[in-house]
Amino acid sequence: MEYILSVATVAGINIIMALSFYAPFMTGQVSLAQAGFAAIGAYSAAVCTVKFGIPYIPAVIIGGVVAGVVGFILGIPALRIKGIYLLLLTLGFGEIVRVIFINIEYVGGAAGFPGIPYQENTFFYAYGLVLILIVCFERLRNSRMGRAMRAVGDDETAAEINGINITAVKLKAFAAGAFIAGMGGGILAHFQEFIEPLMFGVMHSVEYIVFAIFGGVQVFWGPIFGAIVLSFVPEFFRFVQAWRHEIYGALLIVMMIIKPEGVITNDSVRFIKKIFRGS
Amino acid sequence: MLSIKDVSAGYGKSLAVHDVSLEVKKGEVVVLLGANGAGKSTILRTISGAIKPAKGQIFFDGQQITGKKPHEIVQRGVIHVQEGRGILSRMTVRENLEMGAFLRSDSEGINCDLERVFKKFPRLQERLGQSAGTLSGGEQQMLAIGRGIMANPKLLILDEPSLGLSPAFVEFIFESIREFREKDHYTILLVEQNANQALEVADRGYVLQTGRLVMEGTGQDLLCNVDLQQAYLGGGCTT
Repeated sequence: MEYILSVATVAGINIIMALSFYAPFMTGQVSLAQAGFAAIGAYSAAVCTVKFGIPYIPAVIIGGVVAGVVGFILGIPALRIKGIYLLLLTLGFGEIVRVIFINIEYVGGAAGFPGIPYQENTFFYAYGLVLILIVCFERLRNSRMGRAMRAVGDDETAAEINGINITAVKLKAFAAGAFIAGMGGGILAHFQEFIEPLMFGVMHSVEYIVFAIFGGVQVFWGPIFGAIVLSFVPEFFRFVQAWRHEIYGALLIVMMIIKPEGVITNDSVRFIKKIFRGS
Repeated sequence: MLSIKDVSAGYGKSLAVHDVSLEVKKGEVVVLLGANGAGKSTILRTISGAIKPAKGQIFFDGQQITGKKPHEIVQRGVIHVQEGRGILSRMTVRENLEMGAFLRSDSEGINCDLERVFKKFPRLQERLGQSAGTLSGGEQQMLAIGRGIMANPKLLILDEPSLGLSPAFVEFIFESIREFREKDHYTILLVEQNANQALEVADRGYVLQTGRLVMEGTGQDLLCNVDLQQAYLGGGCTT
């Protein structure tokens, strides 16, 4: 039972991270910096609780704010570049963050940051945040800002001639993604009790992208679905032991061949809503 | 309403447009003619703020708009319907039209303009839920113009609206422009390659050649101008 709860908690944190990737992605920005933002949030929150005795919730929020501010600053040069070049910029940033934490003795350096107070209700806090994010993303979907974000993601020039301030939209989305990732990092830190720079490598950022693409990027339910399924799949296949990672990889390949748009699409959301309304 | 004074503009160090001055008065349809590479699109992009002029000034409604950002210029009512459509292909037809009204908050006026678009282009109403990328070229052009109407333009800039359309559709587009002028009293700056048809719906015209204005006059004058006809239009005077 405890084991399942632990896997489910990690899945919850993964949902937060997948949504943190999705926020800037809506405006066409593909970021490999999300694990880096999580690191900033995790270390900031841990410093708050360990060194200053700040309570859990404000510490996690501070972690998010610090990551959000850094995201805002990184978002400025990121505005000018697109696609593969943005990917490289965010990749570089993620690695720099990791190396910087290795060199800060105040937070343990390469040996890691131990003694972070354990939050036993992490499951509820993680899914509480997921719920809040779902409400936010759902409201965003039908709002002016949400439409503007989708328009920018679709075609920047076309969005601009509609009078959308694309600079502001992209910057806000990037900073929001960093803020969400920072809170995810803070929650993770107080669940693991110990953090080290290795935990925030670029492969984790790649994983968040995989969650989103697997689940589908047309609506925010896609990344949520992807994060849940892909967090549980390796656990389900524990009985084949060494083969479970191969199964994970094969699943991704098969999915990209049969449903490249992801599992959850606009149509499937409409279909599910119809069922709920019908009953 | 719009006046451009001695504007030079281009990309990097190479200027595509030299000392161009032109004016569009309220209620007028003004056409800007020129061969490929004459600098028409550069002028439009300078007006809409996509590029900053190297020299000169642009005024709209008496206020200087030189160097303002694109969304600030849209806010003032200068609406650009782009060459190559400029529509949001992954969003639905309805969403595209709603995006046109992005900066407006008068829901009554928006609904009224939506009706107006449907009346002009009934085809769009049939395709409301369809994603814009699946429309035909002509339908995309209707959507692009419809989106422009939704923005409640003070000045509507149409960049080659007949580009790549079938002759029947070109006729339809020019008919719409004529209607804009006579019924809706829109102020329009039109860029066209179909010079004869454009001059017939226009009050006045300017002719650009390799980045400089070489001729200006009323639509009829330019239609009847022998030099222009020989050098560029290849058509004939109808009066």
